[in-house]
Amino acid sequence: MNDFIKRHILAIPIGFYTTLKNLIRKPVSVQYPKVKIPMAPRYRGLHFLERYEDGSERCVCCGLCAAACPADAIYMEPEETEKGERKARIYEINLLRCIFCGFCEEACPEEAIFLGKEYEFSDDAREKFIYTKEDLLVKWPRTKPSPVNFIRKKRRPYMK
Amino acid sequence: MEMFIFILAAIASVACCLMVITQKNPVRAVLFLIMAFVAQAILFVQLSAVFVAALQIIVYAGAIMVLFLFIIMLLNLRKDEFGGDRHPFQKFAAVALAALLAFELVIVALRDGSRSPSVSLPENFGSVESIGEILFTKYLLPFEATSILLMAAILGAVVLAKKRLDD
Amino acid sequence: MDWTFLIVKLIQVIAVFAVLLTGCAYMTWLERKLVARIQSRLGPMNAGYQGLLQPVADMIKLLFKEDITPKHVDKFIYGIAPLASFIPATLSIAVVPFGDSITLFGRTYDLVISNLNVGILYVLAITSIGVYSIIMAGYSSNSKYSLLGGLRSSAQMISYEIGMGLAIVVVILLSGSLNLVDIVDKQGSFVGWYVFRNPVAFVVYFICAVAETNRSPFDLPEAESELVAGYHTEYSSMKFGMFFVAEYANMITVGAIATTLFFGGWHGPFLPPIVWFLIKVAAFQVFYIWARGTLPRLRYDQLMSFGWKVLLPIAVINVMVTAFFVL
Repeated sequence: MNDFIKRHILAIPIGFYTTLKNLIRKPVSVQYPKVKIPMAPRYRGLHFLERYEDGSERCVCCGLCAAACPADAIYMEPEETEKGERKARIYEINLLRCIFCGFCEEACPEEAIFLGKEYEFSDDAREKFIYTKEDLLVKWPRTKPSPVNFIRKKRRPYMK
Repeated sequence: MEMFIFILAAIASVACCLMVITQKNPVRAVLFLIMAFVAQAILFVQLSAVFVAALQIIVYAGAIMVLFLFIIMLLNLRKDEFGGDRHPFQKFAAVALAALLAFELVIVALRDGSRSPSVSLPENFGSVESIGEILFTKYLLPFEATSILLMAAILGAVVLAKKRLDD
Repeated sequence: MDWTFLIVKLIQVIAVFAVLLTGCAYMTWLERKLVARIQSRLGPMNAGYQGLLQPVADMIKLLFKEDITPKHVDKFIYGIAPLASFIPATLSIAVVPFGDSITLFGRTYDLVISNLNVGILYVLAITSIGVYSIIMAGYSSNSKYSLLGGLRSSAQMISYEIGMGLAIVVVILLSGSLNLVDIVDKQGSFVGWYVFRNPVAFVVYFICAVAETNRSPFDLPEAESELVAGYHTEYSSMKFGMFFVAEYANMITVGAIATTLFFGGWHGPFLPPIVWFLIKVAAFQVFYIWARGTLPRLRYDQLMSFGWKVLLPIAVINVMVTAFFVL
């Protein structure tokens, strides 16, 4: 009998109390396009290719990122500059294949490729998701300060 | 104004009743029957029998016809199944009965039609109190007999519908 | 024909109708807001401040939607079913008194559209007529989901109407009148409210009323998860809107009648009577929504056995006990 009252009758006011508690609690939703919550320091978003401080590209098209990529999303072809240095002629990332694991960033010996914090790059056609070198290279002269030092410190505590 | 409402309700009532017997679709027929009941309730209101009008809608239009509809929808009658088995003498019987009814109607109309319609009604005519009083004093026996009849019907339905114990 | 009387009545009718329909529109807003908060969400935020213009936006959207009539429906019944749901929903508010009588141009007017002597019976009659819209919609849509929804709702409404009637009988016994104005006057302020004199009748009435209005947790006729919205699956545009408005109008009407029968109508200290009436009705609406946010939907057999085996005996015993004490 006691069990019956507990399960069938007392349960109703308890349920009402629970919803009342939630009713006066602060909602957890965020008004997304208007309010954007700050991303975590280790968040991995859209890739970018870093430059040296004189504006030349860091990437030497070694192919380690493509080798490390588990989704096989990176394609590149090398060429030589007038000075005889190696650089990428074609550097493409298929963002529909990319799983944003960050292995390319780990693999890069030149610290050229990084995963940034940009996540709003939806589009309306599959072809538009193959990002070329022009899309990926940071704008020169820089519009924003380089996040590389920050990423080094936060994301790679083992590289003191 | 009252005459206008009376004519409207009367026409609606007769028209709906005609639709009930001419409709091939049973669900539509029931819906027209409900409309006829509502029109008759309006006529009751005009006769100062407000309580009866309310009961007409609650009991007949509201409760019993829902059960009608319920059963018709469960039976899932098709149009061709409806009105299939006719007895040959059914038509003649219907005509004879209709003629009898019309004859009665004419006689009643001729006898009572000349009577003035504005009979002075007693105080609180048609109110709940007066109906209750009459029901429990003057018409006590018929009232109780009806309730026993209904009781017997309910018990019969339960006995028929309930599962037999031995199977 | 007395013209001032007619004009005052006409103004009353229009005012009540306008308040009722605005109330319906903002019930949708309130419901979305409260249910959202119960689930730790925000609800509509973009149309106006806190989404206050959302009902207007919804209405415009419904008006401009394509009005689809499927090929296989029974066109006549399909067309009048939304009307048959909307009209009874708005009719029963006519006998509910929403304020003390006022004196205007040397004449006294009751703040009720029609002071009927058999007011309660009128309310019961109108509610019982309301079933047909759902049955008609369910039958004429010629879709299995709609038909099941219609059948369920007719069974549910017959079952719970009896309990509701018996709960109202208690009120009639206590007040000795079928007139809603008299019932309000008999209760007086606070102590005499019938909810304190006979709480069982109120609980039975309210549960039955929730079932009658097809609201959660008794919303089986329109159970989204099993019946794809039940009787209004095939409806679109303003026809759907009519069902929608009718549902909310029914809720408001039930709140108003419950206020009248059990919560002393417009009686209350300090504030003017109409304000008290509106506050009480609004409290009922909030409770409706709160219940929707809390309770899960009943299973069909649970619904039936609860109605016939629990609610009905309680109501009958309650009537007997009350009658004993009144006599």
